[in-house]
Amino acid sequence: MFFQLSAATLRVSTPLIFAALGGLLSERSGVINIALEGLMLIGAFGAAVGTLVTHSPWLGSVCGMGAGAALAALYGLFVIRLRANQIVAGMALNMLALGLTPFLCKMFYDVTGSTPAIAAPERFHSAPLWLSWVLVALCWVGLKQTPAGLWLTFAGEHPEALEAAGIRVNRVRWAAVLMSGALAGMGGASLSVYLSSSFSRNMTAGRGFMALAALIFGKWRPVPAALACLLFGFADAAQMRLQGATLWGGKPIPVQFIQILPYLVTILVLAGVVGRSRAPKALGRPFPGG
Amino acid sequence: MRRTLQPLLSLLLGLAAGLLVTWFAGESPWHVLRILGQGAFGSRYDLGQTLFYTTPLIFTGLSVAVALQAGLFNVGAEGQLTLGALAAAAVGGLWPRLPAPAAPWLAGLAALLAGTLWGAIPGWLRARRGSHEVINTIMLNFIAAGLASYVALYPLRNPESQNAETRPIGPGYLISQFGVFSGAPVSAALPLAILAAVLVWVLLWRTGLGYELRAVGQGEAAARAAGIDAGRIRIIALSLAGGLAGLVGVGEVLGNAGKFRVDFSPEYGFIGIAVALLGRNHPAGIVAAALLFGALHKGAAALDLETEHVTREVSLLLQALIILCVSAEGLWAWMGDKHWAGKRPPGDAGKKGAGEMGIENCLH
Repeated sequence: MFFQLSAATLRVSTPLIFAALGGLLSERSGVINIALEGLMLIGAFGAAVGTLVTHSPWLGSVCGMGAGAALAALYGLFVIRLRANQIVAGMALNMLALGLTPFLCKMFYDVTGSTPAIAAPERFHSAPLWLSWVLVALCWVGLKQTPAGLWLTFAGEHPEALEAAGIRVNRVRWAAVLMSGALAGMGGASLSVYLSSSFSRNMTAGRGFMALAALIFGKWRPVPAALACLLFGFADAAQMRLQGATLWGGKPIPVQFIQILPYLVTILVLAGVVGRSRAPKALGRPFPGG
Repeated sequence: MRRTLQPLLSLLLGLAAGLLVTWFAGESPWHVLRILGQGAFGSRYDLGQTLFYTTPLIFTGLSVAVALQAGLFNVGAEGQLTLGALAAAAVGGLWPRLPAPAAPWLAGLAALLAGTLWGAIPGWLRARRGSHEVINTIMLNFIAAGLASYVALYPLRNPESQNAETRPIGPGYLISQFGVFSGAPVSAALPLAILAAVLVWVLLWRTGLGYELRAVGQGEAAARAAGIDAGRIRIIALSLAGGLAGLVGVGEVLGNAGKFRVDFSPEYGFIGIAVALLGRNHPAGIVAAALLFGALHKGAAALDLETEHVTREVSLLLQALIILCVSAEGLWAWMGDKHWAGKRPPGDAGKKGAGEMGIENCLH
């Protein structure tokens, strides 16, 4: 049972890890990313459609990442170029994805609920799980050891210094936002083509926000954030297993109380921790120059 | 001038972009526009339905706006209104024999209190623990949905129906509908909503509390220098916001369904964000924006029925595009309004810096 729960935890955390890494890149560069939820959703849709068309989950994932990056490009346009309030624009993007996905679903498949099911041989069986942890390692190394990682960090902490050194801050931020879209899109892909077999309406169900919470809990660092994702994944996996469990008196715990566990855990985690967490200094402040 | 022009232009821009999307789907934009207009205002019933949607949007718009005036982002209106409606239905279902006129007042009070509580929680979390209200309110939305679902399916389940809803409230609780709208459920909730808008205006611009609220919204440091306890104000602001959203229950439970139906709300909470932003956080603008989005919602339902390719979700799409346009400061900077240009350093367009994640604002 413990093994099953651990395996389930690892599986269920995978989309969260991708999304959290995406959020990490964006926020470390100074751009708040509330839109992870919408980016994941459109990535899930793109990946499902891509897999149905190409019969390959890898190509489907590329489609998902592309969809995420495209939406992120819109986000970048509004928050970097047009200096929109990042939280407002992020929420708008979430609504956009929420409205766009059933619309596109109807356009392609004539139903607004779910895309057609993807056959088992055409889905992922474990690849995203390994990939997500490889990416965690890559982020960790990349942020510390590569010039690009340094630029990213400076863009979020001391953008003026970076610009003075000759690197365009907004270029770095654009790259970060696009990558965050692709990563969140991959997170969505792992939802629709790995953890399930199709895209269904609003299937992200708040996971983008949990990924954001994990990011904050992990103090904007890749490995702690990934571990935080494991925590939320555990709550989610436990919730699925606990359904049907009984209290001592033999009466079953209502399923709704169990389903709210991951959300409750998120609140408690955030409440317990944020006091000691420090965001990138320039987070949320647009840099002039588009 | 800029204050009304910017939302108006954003509206047109967003609408144009949305129509472009429907054009890609294979529908003629004029066709779409015509159906939208007719669906919203074509008959007395249609107008009534539009007003029926407008009422909760005024409440949620006010809810988001009051919070925004204090610098807080209330994404939790959805959960707050759910629990408000649930509370009203619970009172009406548990004490069905209570007579009018006390009954609806009691139920309405329950709705107000439930929403207030659901707003106070994230308010406290932000004020005393520093955790950001965007995430907390969204989580609380999910939790509220779970709680409401449980109550509607078990303790207060309606024995006469297969739907996920509570038992009907007693007849003394129901508030009458205006007959002029040919059956559309427009009730006293609408004038209540307008009254709420007036009261919010009075609160924000004619009382000391309102001044403190807006001061905290302008910037924590300045407010603290003026001796205002930002934490206390934040709790009050989000509690008020929650209460306003909770009042949606009055129109839905007392003035329409006579019970709490799970998932009754077509995203009123989220649309409230669009309403508040388009209305520039001002009660008058909010009422106008609420009417607009109510019309959009009603019209979009007609779109779903009368076109092959466009579904009602397109209204979400349109709202998102409108919000994006309203918030794009850079887009409007060219308008060169002297009052705005130069007074605000570029950092203010994002308005909230690192403090946004609750770092500076915690544990004072």
